[in-house]
Amino acid sequence: MSATSATRTWKRPALISNPKWRWAIWIGAGVYLAFAFGTLEINWARLQEGLPRGQRFLASFFPPDFGSRADSILDGILESLWMTVTSTVIGVMISIPVGLGAARNLAPRPIYLLCRGVVAIARTFPEVILAIFFVKLFGFGPFAGFLALSVGTVGFYAKLLAEDIEDMDPVPPEAVLATGASWFQWLNYAVQPQVIPRMIGLAVYRLDINFRESAVVGIVGGGGIGATLLTAFDRYEFDSAAAILLIIIAIVMAVEYSSGFVRRWVQ
Amino acid sequence: MLRLDQVVKEYKTGDRALNGIDLQVPQGQVLALIGPSGAGKSTLIRCVNRLVEPTSGAVYLGDQEITSLGSSGLRRARRRMGMIFQEYALVERLTVMENVLSGRLGYVGFWRSYFRRFPREDVAEAFRLLSRVGLDNMVDKRADELSGGQRQRVGIARALIQNPELLLVDEPTASLDPKTSRQIMRLICELCRERTLAAVVNIHDVPLARMFAERIVGLRQGVIVYDGTPEGLSNQVLTEIYGVEDWDASDTGETAPSKPDPTRPKSKPDVEHLVGM
Repeated sequence: MSATSATRTWKRPALISNPKWRWAIWIGAGVYLAFAFGTLEINWARLQEGLPRGQRFLASFFPPDFGSRADSILDGILESLWMTVTSTVIGVMISIPVGLGAARNLAPRPIYLLCRGVVAIARTFPEVILAIFFVKLFGFGPFAGFLALSVGTVGFYAKLLAEDIEDMDPVPPEAVLATGASWFQWLNYAVQPQVIPRMIGLAVYRLDINFRESAVVGIVGGGGIGATLLTAFDRYEFDSAAAILLIIIAIVMAVEYSSGFVRRWVQ
Repeated sequence: MLRLDQVVKEYKTGDRALNGIDLQVPQGQVLALIGPSGAGKSTLIRCVNRLVEPTSGAVYLGDQEITSLGSSGLRRARRRMGMIFQEYALVERLTVMENVLSGRLGYVGFWRSYFRRFPREDVAEAFRLLSRVGLDNMVDKRADELSGGQRQRVGIARALIQNPELLLVDEPTASLDPKTSRQIMRLICELCRERTLAAVVNIHDVPLARMFAERIVGLRQGVIVYDGTPEGLSNQVLTEIYGVEDWDASDTGETAPSKPDPTRPKSKPDVEHLVGM
């Protein structure tokens, strides 16, 4: 008996059951990678020249100079902050109806497709591209940046809201529906409690993203601290630029810390 | 009170869950609906309040035909039918009080319910019901802090605050231990007697059905194969409902702890899968 059971072997079923395909995919991927790295022309000489240049560049960041451009830095930061806050609030407000429409278990088919389309378009372009577009449309300044960040927020938040609604436990909503609740009451009593903690966490997280993006958006003309940063670079005032970067890092860390706190608190 | 007339439910997959159900339930009667998993018990009670739309046939509650109602008529009809669920179906992040008061949603306007400013009588009734089901001091607890038995008591209070004429009860004891199961069934039956409520109770557990129901209906593959008293539920009848099995052997043993219906997934939203993105 033990002899027969010893002859039986077992192996975990492979993800791709056909061994030919399995090998073909591995080998194909390996060959492609080899070619890809082959085309990556690395010019060692230039790399060598560049390193000391980078060193000098970095050295000119020190010591950071908070003082001589304090006014414009403060203006930039304040502008970035209001862009961040307004675009997050407006973006989230627009995301709520779009997200509800983009949830398959809530919306009828045509509305679902429409809202998914809106989300897809909003997600297609990164904030920088959107900012360039809006700067062309409405001119330089924080308004263009605000629009870019708002659209970016919709793409991010509406998608995640829709997915969270699709993932909810379907039984309590059924029970609330069975009481004779209207659609909006049903939304408020059965859907909202299930998604709200995560959505608050994501709103804070998006606030953090929007602040970081506001710096990038400013570089292409969308206002805010990014514009100040660009000016500092253009004037070779690297010590001021370093000050700006440090302030950005500090604010991002502060938002990051508080977002963790908020998430724990709403759980 | 409740009358089903040739109710048929055919799912899109082509499965006939209900195959021409005729059933009448008079006021004040507690009816246990038994049958194997997949016999159509859940579908049947969901066809009554149209959480599942019947394919054909008619459902009458009193004189009112339910199946042809538009959405606002259906909402008004749903107020008259309380429903109690297998996995309690409470909204976990809401308080016990909010869960109970959600039974009044069909009666109050949106803004009132949004700001949780329910009429004083509703709140008083909620307090009264919570004390009736033994949860006086749990009012402001969140539903997910309660034990299974306590949650089902909240579910019962939510159904009763609707002031219904009929209770639809879907496997109320499937996730409970044997003792709590009996307590919950006893509570449901007592409340039905107090209020002369009719109830249709889906239940897996045949001994429990025998103990508490005055009438038993056996369902098999969408067809009623038994309709009578608990005493008439002979081994032969059980075989007709469930298929061949040594019924006396299972009868002498204690009630096996029943499991929740495996066909109904208990999904938990994955709240954290994006954190750290």
